[in-house]
Amino acid sequence: MRTIGLILASVGVAVLAAVWAAGPARGGASTSAEISIHFSHYTPSEIVATAGVPLRVTIVNTDPIDHEWLVGDAAFHQRHRTGTEQQHGARPNEVSLGPGESKTTTVVFDTPGDYLYICHLPGHEAYGMVGVLKVLPAS
Amino acid sequence: MRSITRAGRRPIALAAGLLLVAFSAAPALACGGLIGPNGAVNLLRTTTFAGYHDGVEHYVTAFQFAGGGGAFGSLTPLPGIPTSVEKGGDWTLQRLVRETDPVPEADFARLAAAPSGSAEVLMQVKIDALDITVLKGGAAEVGTWATDHGFRLPPDAPEVLDFYAQRSPIFLAAAFDGDAAIARGQNIGDGTPVHISIPTNNPWVPLRILSLGKTQSEVVQADVYMLTDDSPAMLPYPDGSNGMTLQHSAPASDQLLSDLRSDRGMDWIPDKGWLTKIAIDAEAPQLSYDLAVDVSGAKAPSRVAAGLEMPGATDPAVMAAIRWFAGMSFIGLGIGAVIWLIAKQRIDSGLRPA
Repeated sequence: MRTIGLILASVGVAVLAAVWAAGPARGGASTSAEISIHFSHYTPSEIVATAGVPLRVTIVNTDPIDHEWLVGDAAFHQRHRTGTEQQHGARPNEVSLGPGESKTTTVVFDTPGDYLYICHLPGHEAYGMVGVLKVLPAS
Repeated sequence: MRSITRAGRRPIALAAGLLLVAFSAAPALACGGLIGPNGAVNLLRTTTFAGYHDGVEHYVTAFQFAGGGGAFGSLTPLPGIPTSVEKGGDWTLQRLVRETDPVPEADFARLAAAPSGSAEVLMQVKIDALDITVLKGGAAEVGTWATDHGFRLPPDAPEVLDFYAQRSPIFLAAAFDGDAAIARGQNIGDGTPVHISIPTNNPWVPLRILSLGKTQSEVVQADVYMLTDDSPAMLPYPDGSNGMTLQHSAPASDQLLSDLRSDRGMDWIPDKGWLTKIAIDAEAPQLSYDLAVDVSGAKAPSRVAAGLEMPGATDPAVMAAIRWFAGMSFIGLGIGAVIWLIAKQRIDSGLRPA
């Protein structure tokens, strides 16, 4: 019995080592997600939700500058590219963050598809502040 | 939506070498670049002088008033805490340009008149319409300080500030008050030279900062003059392939040294010196380094000072390789242990008496 225990322990060590060697786990969340903003980029740049299911999103701005997290369809972003609204917060899919600030919002998309999240502060989108929320059909 | 205030002000340019962009309420200005309200950058060629003698680096750069009103600002990374920040000489930069690029008097006059363009507070100085603050802090602290004081930093600022703060936590913030400049009677094209004295082991010229706020396709153009006791060793070497070209490298003439010495605050100029001129003409992404200089004679400029490696930083690719190797070793040990234990069990079973 002692030998079998040692074998199991060895297998466990090997499995743990393999997991550790593979690096950090990756994957999307269906009902909650955390997005970090660092050096003016979103991480992760892709999250997954289910149509009609609320997605709770926490956005953490680690940068010392203002950022935005605005998620919507192409028409939504086109409006924001030329908009003049200085601060967001009234709508759950529009979040403004100050330096070092974190905020949580809950969004629901009823139609499956890809919805981009973008920071529309000047130059930020061109710099790469773009991610995608993939909304999958409800099963 | 865009949060920038779209005040319809006429642009003010602070043509300053080695300066980090900082937006204020409307058009802002940068290291030789004028940032318009739509974020467009109109490139200006800037000139900066970095002299080094007796262990002290002397930066001389100029903020040029290009009209308009309002407040604007900039940040400059420094290699150490300055002992003084004062108004620079009136003709040092122009005299250096004339030394390496003689131009007809009329053209020179035309160029001069053209519009070219919560950290710890260590020092505050007012020079004409400039409010200068020397800050000490990490990227987050300096960035937050700048944001709190009305600077609007471009999206690459967090990374660029971090690039500098990892090596030296000293920054110089300059807020330019266009209204004050008008009140002082400054005319378009009038420059405010600033002379910063910094004790360092070797001279150092921040270059990456020049690309701040610029898009991938934009070009950075600047002239950097250096006066050192002897011919300097530089990293990266300005060989023309890296966006830097060595345009002048020779002993400084006695006349030049005499002329420079006669300008305000320039009595530190030695009797002998070596003049180097480097022309920067690089696409913004190409300018990912600073200019490290070694005047010790060892001819070994620091890779850290050049920004080619960070102090104590580990390359993520190296870390991934180490992780993979260590993981594979553990896996091998685990499998080996399993095989050994199974074999041992069989041997033990075979040897066991019936």
